[in-house]
Amino acid sequence: MNLSHNARRRLIIAASFLAALVLTILPWPVWTEQFRPDWVALVLIYWCMALPTRVGVGTGWSVGLMLDVLYGSMLGENALAKSLIAFLAVRFHLQLRMFPRWQQAVVVLLLVIANNLLVLWVKNLAGQAPSTWGYLTPSIVSMLLWPWLFVILRDIRRHGNVS
Amino acid sequence: MLQISGWQIRAPSNLTRFVVFALLSVGLMLLDARGHHLQKIRTGLTVLFAPIQVLAAIPVRVGGAIVDFFHGDESLRAEAERLRSEQPILLTRLQRYEAIEAENAHLRQLLGTSALVAERAVVAELLEVASEPFRRTVVIAKGEKDGLYLGQPVVDAYGIRGQVSTVGVLQSTAILITDPGHAIPVQVNRNGLRAIAFGTGAPDTVSIRYLTASSDIKPGDLLVSSGIGGGFPFGYPVAKVKKIVNDPNESFLDIIATPVAQLSHNREVLLIWPTKSVLPAEVKKPAEIKKPVQPKKAVETKKPVAASPPAAAPQLAAPEPARPAEGTTP
Repeated sequence: MNLSHNARRRLIIAASFLAALVLTILPWPVWTEQFRPDWVALVLIYWCMALPTRVGVGTGWSVGLMLDVLYGSMLGENALAKSLIAFLAVRFHLQLRMFPRWQQAVVVLLLVIANNLLVLWVKNLAGQAPSTWGYLTPSIVSMLLWPWLFVILRDIRRHGNVS
Repeated sequence: MLQISGWQIRAPSNLTRFVVFALLSVGLMLLDARGHHLQKIRTGLTVLFAPIQVLAAIPVRVGGAIVDFFHGDESLRAEAERLRSEQPILLTRLQRYEAIEAENAHLRQLLGTSALVAERAVVAELLEVASEPFRRTVVIAKGEKDGLYLGQPVVDAYGIRGQVSTVGVLQSTAILITDPGHAIPVQVNRNGLRAIAFGTGAPDTVSIRYLTASSDIKPGDLLVSSGIGGGFPFGYPVAKVKKIVNDPNESFLDIIATPVAQLSHNREVLLIWPTKSVLPAEVKKPAEIKKPVQPKKAVETKKPVAASPPAAAPQLAAPEPARPAEGTTP
């Protein structure tokens, strides 16, 4: 590829977020809904951890806003939650890098739970809170997926020479 | 470090950025929730991101095409057979229905009341896209140019599915009656008892709230739209009562109902444009003249009646759905 280093980095990061967004709204049978992982959060946490100077709160906010538009939810709802995730991931990126994979996964679980609780809280304020406990299962599935997604994204980053 | 006209400025810290973006989000939410100031921006963004939705809908389309390719012929023939046998039955029912509708309109005219009557209906395709977790929304492949409006009823062959919640240029979103933010005024078909059906977020239940233990409602009752609130036309099936729990500790019954419409099956829905059946002018005018003459006391005593829970709760619970559709008033 003849692209400059910067352009290639942007392209790869944007493509990974696009893939996460498509996976998020990909239709599945209704009963699988409560097991659908938070793809966007996973990809966001990875890039915040790997390139904290390039991807951060601003990126998280933009991707969250895209989610809001795609979902048709209140504008700013997911943007707020995703910028919180990005903030925490950038804040603790050095620790995260040092952690063994399973410990990273636990942190991912906590971050996604924080994300879900924030969204739920906002929905509750708007009077649209669901009356189920199912909102905790996506975070557990996200945790279980993290080690695999981490390896995939790391290989993409190394192969594409993104830094 | 950034340098702007000789001044050295430090790049904003992580925390500063988070605070700024969080405030921005809160501002957006306030603007969006209170008064829908962002409708234009949202419409624009929806157009921008429509390709993502189309991309996500491809796998199901391709899967469907493959299935059709392998046993399309047989299933089509079977379907045609079924439709052919169904049609005479439906036509017979329709004959009776038209007579009853005419009689009903005549009776309403005698009473001097008006009701929302569905006049125009258009079949719309659904885009196979997953909704936000624990919300029940669908994306409709029609938009502003087809005349869709906010709060428009969405039905299918079996009953009411929901209503249009955002209108885009080419695509719109509809929230289903099972969405936790949705409420629809209903009445029991058997005896006209009025109630409100709230969505719960679960895919196949709505809950009926604010009915006391003495209410005449039992499992198996059909709930139809009552037309109160002005959003939905009267008389469309909404849900069937499934379970009633009478907990003496609670002031109201805990009633679970199952929607009649096939909320997660069909790929197509019907959009309807309800119109008010026209009133004779001489009936309407005296009432309008009388109103200001009425003593204040009478108006005041009337108010609580108009704001009794069944009529007012949909507006409180769901400001968006309960907004009266501008296009429907004659």
